[in-house]
Amino acid sequence: MIARAWARHRRDDWRTLLFCYAALAPVLLLFGYVRGWPIIESFVLSFYKWELINPVRPFIGWLNYEMLLEDENFHLALKNTAIYAASTVVMSTLLALPLAVFLARKSRLSAIYQTIYFLPVITPMVPVSIAWKWIYDYNYGILNYGLSLLGLKSVAWLTDPDIALWALVIMGVWKVLGYNMILLLVGIRNIPATYVEAAAIDGAGGWQQFRSVTLPLLRPILLYVVVTSTINAFNVFTQVYVMTLGSQAAPGQAVRVLVFDIYQNAFQYFRMGYASAEAVMLTLMVLGLTLIQFRLARTKAGMDG
Amino acid sequence: MVSNPSPLARALTALIHLVLFLGAAVMVLPILWMAATSFKPPGEVSVWPPRLLPEAPTLDNYRGIFEDAPFGLFFANSLGLSIVATISVCVTSLVAGAVFAKYEFPGRTLLFMAILATAIVPFESYMIPLYLQLITLGWINTYQGILLPTLFMSFGVFLLRQHVSSAIPTELLEAGRVDGASEWWILARVIAPLSAPALSAIGIFAFIQAWAAFIWPLMVANEQSLFNMELGLTAFQFRFSTDYGKLMAGSVLSVLPMLVVFVLLRRRIIESVALTGMKG
Repeated sequence: MIARAWARHRRDDWRTLLFCYAALAPVLLLFGYVRGWPIIESFVLSFYKWELINPVRPFIGWLNYEMLLEDENFHLALKNTAIYAASTVVMSTLLALPLAVFLARKSRLSAIYQTIYFLPVITPMVPVSIAWKWIYDYNYGILNYGLSLLGLKSVAWLTDPDIALWALVIMGVWKVLGYNMILLLVGIRNIPATYVEAAAIDGAGGWQQFRSVTLPLLRPILLYVVVTSTINAFNVFTQVYVMTLGSQAAPGQAVRVLVFDIYQNAFQYFRMGYASAEAVMLTLMVLGLTLIQFRLARTKAGMDG
Repeated sequence: MVSNPSPLARALTALIHLVLFLGAAVMVLPILWMAATSFKPPGEVSVWPPRLLPEAPTLDNYRGIFEDAPFGLFFANSLGLSIVATISVCVTSLVAGAVFAKYEFPGRTLLFMAILATAIVPFESYMIPLYLQLITLGWINTYQGILLPTLFMSFGVFLLRQHVSSAIPTELLEAGRVDGASEWWILARVIAPLSAPALSAIGIFAFIQAWAAFIWPLMVANEQSLFNMELGLTAFQFRFSTDYGKLMAGSVLSVLPMLVVFVLLRRRIIESVALTGMKG
């Protein structure tokens, strides 16, 4: 009796295991083929002189990386990407925080504002970039019209190489602000009311409450917001591609960003190995930034007790 | 304290409302401007000073883009690709999420961590090897090639695992087993229906993301017949870069489905972002 029950139990175990692997197999295959393997391959490829049109693809060690370090386009792309990322992240977070504080109180008006501020987040990047290109138009754009109402001179938002990157930053902030706002808003709503009340009883004013209660408790979400928007900003591509296309467009060099440079090396010059080395740098930078941000958050939290 | 705000506090509140209102205006203006321009006849598009609303609204731009380029096809491609991607993401997330949440098997933690940890690597940094794999497969310029990276989301697996392990009691699965149900039946008839909220959240994300897909289709689809809305618009912009009436009409067509989704599911979307963001 016992032996038979045990046997059935074993068989069920074996069946359950089979079920697990059978159910996971398609997902894991897809994952491995679409992500796992290509990630490994991007590292491997970066050590080869791998050109699409040339069947001879020799192993060249670190040469791609050495060339990258002297590549002016890469330097420029790195600089532009860093400026773009730092500016959009700082501006969108600093704007989202007070917005979230003001809209955290539940009301009908708050719901309406949330909807409006969130709208750009769900709109696709290509049409939005084309619309902004039209807004930035030197001759007929509404932005320059707005400036003229204030008595200011027209700005060549996209064609001026000193300004084009900032035009992208403004649009980037517009696009991501709502996302950051929602995350922070929920973070604020999740702070137990007793904490805030306790601070109020202690005589803390609005600003003091914010500094001593809200902000410290919001730190994990603030970190999450900063990390995700930094990663997203480092991968900026679509708006750059659209805004450098056609007439009245931004000059390519002024807004050359990392992914744009990778794309050009790979799909216009067909230097797959070289572009892979650049892609590996992108991966390492994103990972590095994420680690640094987590480390910073931890030490700060430690210092405050 | 609250009942009798000082004049200063009142002025501050008024100022906050003013800023919120102006900010909201800035947020909607680009989309409003896009829509308004799309209804303007050519003579009204490039005028100084610009006017927000068209004086003689016309549908000519919309008619025009369908004559100049196969926008109907682009739209159908976008819709088809996004729907397939959404279904695939929901199914893979549900199956993997449920298995990771409710079953013990060798390699469970390792596999889950692999799926999760690689999510941080930007797609842009491994798209080149993936493209080379696609050449070997012969999938360049095919729908399945465009679809491939959108069929699966780490984040979906993560979300569904969280949901299944916290919201669905294991006793419920045991009850099914006592009744002699197979694991597949339990997955399809017990776990799936109870995962509807998480599935709809991830489905909305998958749809929005697939609809906006750009860099991968740009590499894989070189034939116009495979273009999605985003590629079609970009190519159209290249040819008609100064015809903003038509460009804005095309842009409206690309934004519109997202606006419809947003208006219908506004609360759900915002809640999902909040929920999933919190758990990230």
